[in-house]
This record gives sequence, structure tokens and C-alpha cells, in this order.
Amino acid sequence: MPKIKSLDDLRRIREEAQQDLRVRLETGTRIIVGMGTCGIAAGARDVMRAILEELDRRKIDAHVETVGCIGMCSCEPLVDIEQAGHARVTYRNIKPHMVPRLIEEHLINGRVVEEWVVGRLPAS
Amino acid sequence: MRELALHILDVLENAVEAGATRITLTIEEDSSCDRFTFTVRDNGRGMPPELAARVLDPFVTTRQTRHVGLGLPLLAAAAERAGGGVQVRSEPGRGTEVSATFRLRHWDRAPLGDLPGTLLALILGKEGVHLTYLHRVDGREFRLDTAELRQALGEVPLTHPSVRRWLQEYLREGIAGLERPVE
Repeated sequence: MPKIKSLDDLRRIREEAQQDLRVRLETGTRIIVGMGTCGIAAGARDVMRAILEELDRRKIDAHVETVGCIGMCSCEPLVDIEQAGHARVTYRNIKPHMVPRLIEEHLINGRVVEEWVVGRLPAS
Repeated sequence: MRELALHILDVLENAVEAGATRITLTIEEDSSCDRFTFTVRDNGRGMPPELAARVLDPFVTTRQTRHVGLGLPLLAAAAERAGGGVQVRSEPGRGTEVSATFRLRHWDRAPLGDLPGTLLALILGKEGVHLTYLHRVDGREFRLDTAELRQALGEVPLTHPSVRRWLQEYLREGIAGLERPVE
């Protein structure tokens, strides 16, 4: 059996992470992935992993959450992006290979990828 | 679904939808009995007996967004195809337990698949939920309890990139360590 990482590693991470914690907790960006049966069957888990990897690679702070089925099963995997002061945008049929462009266009360049949009909710 | 890990994720997400704050996932692989079992137990709102008895019917669902509930019927079909079955026990206000059994060596048993990815999707996507995960393979055991991790981390969330990377490695190494030698 390989040597497994220990909780001591986590305690070290805790000390290091406390320095940038305030910034991270105050991030106003939420990415929401549909994880109902239809989303899971359509590949939502792999999309979520691709999102986490892309955020890591680009050092972007965002909360990534999951949500159940909203009744648009044929549009799964659905990914919503919500930023403070902006409309919440719902993207449809997102595959892992589409994630780098989605993150770059929407979160970095501030441009909605119109051809993948299926809906919007006004900023609250 | 091509992986058992996707069925597991689906049952875990059902527990979250039922308002569970604590979920226990137990996976037991026993080659001497030729049996693979996973059980998800939650403290969600539970179901009355008449609904629990019908949840394997694809036209029964508690959702308002659509009129079919395919997750458990698909799981039952996958289990029955591999010489097993699904049991659901539930009590209103107490929670639900879903248990799926498969013949371990059955030709039609789907592979376990990306279990670390499944567990991460739940742990990172639902921060308020405590997950206890226990995996036994022929007497060897791997265990993870997010309550213990949170205690070690204090105010640092599980979603912190450094924690996320640690968690990914921890699960990958722990589950890989349970693998049986190729027969």
C-alpha cells in the first residue's frame, strides 16, 4: 500500500492558507454545475473536475457548487456563472474541452460566450 | 451509466436533495463471497413507507421539475444485470439508506470508475455536508471523514486550492492502495 498523506499535511496547509484566506472568502464568483441524474449521465462530474483544474491553473478564486436537476435535462451538463453585479448566465451542453474557453472568455475577458448560453437571470 | 462511481454520485446527490447534513458511504468488496456492495445512509427528511416502496419505479419522483426519476431505477437495472439488487429503507424525519449489491466478478458489473472524482464532486460541491466514507476490500480498509478534516483545517475551507489538491491525492492514494492484484 502506498504511503498515504496524513492530517499533519493538512495542519501545515492550514498555516499557509490563513494568509490568503480573507481574499478567497470574499470572492464574488460562483460557478454552479448541474449534478442531477441527467447531469451526471451527461458528464457533469468531469466538467466539474475540468472547471476546478482550470481555476487552479489560472489561479482564479471562485466557489464551485453543485445543484440538482432544474428540468432542462437535454441541456445538461448545465453550468451557471454568477458574478457580483452581473446577470447569472446559464450555459448548456458544456463538455470538459469547452471549459478553458468558458473560463477565459467569461471570467477573464468579461465576455459572455453567447453561442453556448441557454438563459440568464438578472443580477440580484 | 458506465461506472458504479456515477451511480454512487447520483445516490449521494439524492441524499443532499433530501436535506441531509451527514452522509455515510460504505463500499465493501469481498472476493471470497463474489460480492460488491455500496450503501449510502443519510439523515435527510426520509420518505413515508408508501413512497419508499415505489422509488424504483421510473415514473415516481418527488421533484417538481420533471415527472420521471431515473436514478434509482437505472441503479436497480445495473445491479440486477450483475446478479444483485437494490434495497431502500427510509423513515420520515430520520433519513434513508440505499444499498446496492452486485456480483463482484459478474461480466456485466460496471467498473467502479473514478471514485475520487465522485467524492470530490460531493465534498467540494456541498460544503455544508459531512461525509464519512468507508471502503473495505478483502479486509483492507480506507476511511475518510470530512468532519475530521474540517477540525484539522479550522477556518480554512475544504475548497481551498491547496486543500483540494491534498484531498485529491489523499483519495487517489488511499483507493489505489485497496486495489486487488489482477487475477
